[in-house]
Amino acid sequence: MDRATSAEPVADHEGVVAAAPARNGLTRRVELRERAAAAPADREVVFDVSDLSVWYGSFRAIRDIELTVGKHEITAFIGPSGCGKSTLLRCFNRMNDLIDTARVEGSVRYHGVDLYGDDVDPVEVRRRIGMVFQKPNPFPKSIYDNIAFGPKIAGYEGDMDDIVERSLRRAALWDEVEDKLKDSALALSGGQQQRLCIARAIATDPDVLLMDEPASALDPIATLRIEELMYELKEDYTIVIVTHNMQQAARVSDRTAFFTVDVGDDGQRTGVLVELDETGKIFTNPNQRQTEDYITGRFG
Amino acid sequence: MAARTVPTTTELVRQSLRGRRFSPGGVVFELGLLLMLLLALLILVTLLADILAGALPVFRERGVVDFVTSPLSLNGETAGVSSAIMGSVALTVIVALVSFPIGIGAAVYLEEYAPDNRVTRFIDTNIRNLAGVPSIVYGLLGLAVVVGLVDVIGLGGPGTTSGRNVVTAGLTMSILVLPIVIITAAEALRAVPSAIREAGFGVGATRWEVIRHHVLPSAAPGILTGTILTLARAFGETAPLLLIGVATGFFSAGAGASVVDQLTGKYTALPVVVFSWSRQPTEGFQDHLAPAAIVVLLAVLFTANAAAILLRNRYERKW
Repeated sequence: MDRATSAEPVADHEGVVAAAPARNGLTRRVELRERAAAAPADREVVFDVSDLSVWYGSFRAIRDIELTVGKHEITAFIGPSGCGKSTLLRCFNRMNDLIDTARVEGSVRYHGVDLYGDDVDPVEVRRRIGMVFQKPNPFPKSIYDNIAFGPKIAGYEGDMDDIVERSLRRAALWDEVEDKLKDSALALSGGQQQRLCIARAIATDPDVLLMDEPASALDPIATLRIEELMYELKEDYTIVIVTHNMQQAARVSDRTAFFTVDVGDDGQRTGVLVELDETGKIFTNPNQRQTEDYITGRFG
Repeated sequence: MAARTVPTTTELVRQSLRGRRFSPGGVVFELGLLLMLLLALLILVTLLADILAGALPVFRERGVVDFVTSPLSLNGETAGVSSAIMGSVALTVIVALVSFPIGIGAAVYLEEYAPDNRVTRFIDTNIRNLAGVPSIVYGLLGLAVVVGLVDVIGLGGPGTTSGRNVVTAGLTMSILVLPIVIITAAEALRAVPSAIREAGFGVGATRWEVIRHHVLPSAAPGILTGTILTLARAFGETAPLLLIGVATGFFSAGAGASVVDQLTGKYTALPVVVFSWSRQPTEGFQDHLAPAAIVVLLAVLFTANAAAILLRNRYERKW
């Protein structure tokens, strides 16, 4: 990526930091984003979710989700706690399989293939659909081994040093760790650890990056770096991010899905999708009253 | 001065913050607790001092080296614990070889593979129950089953031994410590944060790869610490050995015997020697030799504990 393109989001973020009150900054940002991310009509769909429900035992966490995620877009999932946005995200790489009681109904099509089909191996799914978690979770090993593990188990036989360097450069971490690749990853700061986790996720050359509140454990400066990074990475990857931070969704995403908790007659709380639209539209002129109440802070 | 001085805010706060000077109840309580601590220490120190005092003449007259390198004897002047140490070491090695692979394997299955359902929880609870079964019961099991089994598979040994050898003792002791190995290994595995597993699965590792590359290495120090303590338990355990027939404990294959003969022949173990010497009426055995053997036994156990603590501190992980 050349300088000119990478400089743009940096300036954007500075604008946000300087802008006070936040609401004005938000509106300005959204206008910029709308111009930058006017999605073409013939967008290629990566994920096509239809009629998706997830149960944990007898508890239904999300219900009847219908949405699509486009290629090389950043899609943000926002909504109050317990609305099932992380649960949905974990359907995209079958992480829910790790929970014994979890059960999925409906379909998640990835480039047209149902991820929950009979002959789909979740291990292969996760090699193509990488994940970055809420809390930075590097392996308690060296920086080098953290990156090299994914390619190694995937049977990569080329120059491992090269992959490590490329992944770390891509995650904007290379300059900081270049001379201490053999040091423990746990010695890095929280923000560096999270960028290491991003580097680890892209080392297997995935198609999609799933990010589950990747900046919620980080300070504002580290958060900014992660957001800049996402903006650069969308050139090559499709990104889905769950975030509690609405301004973050407004800053980085092209499209935003708003979820909420639906309390049934029997008191069961289930996550439902309220609407999914261009981020600019969601934050300035949403179709649903619930969305407007949430983003203006009247609820949640 | 006519005008009364108005107390300043500082003065008022100082007065209100002043605590009660003395609380008799609290002091009595604290002293009572201290007393109990001292009592507990006193009992331990007395015990140790008594044993050391008994053992001291042996170590002073013959030296520690002579005592631990001399074989068993009916003569109080020359009796030593070398054959007992060898027996105990052989026993411990067998326990390690048998119980670690089985125990750690069972723990990995329980923690990493088994679904979390009622059957798993039932098994888990009962392993904990087994760990609490008195050791004499395992001795009975050894006598009833293992002795015959060892004899049947041809390791019974010569003559009157017929299965009452160190192989039997090692297998019985392995059964005894197995629940403890499983529990400590399972706890070490459980202490590995699930974030590490998620990270592994997240980059497309299989369950086996996650366990092999991340979970086991992270849990290894904990497993090792637990297993060292388990071995110490096997080293010091006495009751099962008495039942499966080493109470005579005075014979051991000679130095020239082959390994098979050593393992299948008569043998003895350190705690059993302590037991039999403390009932030996011959001059010197009860008063001095038994305490000396106890000192050797304790030295080994304390060393094992110290090693476990060192290992734990050295490899303790900060997540």
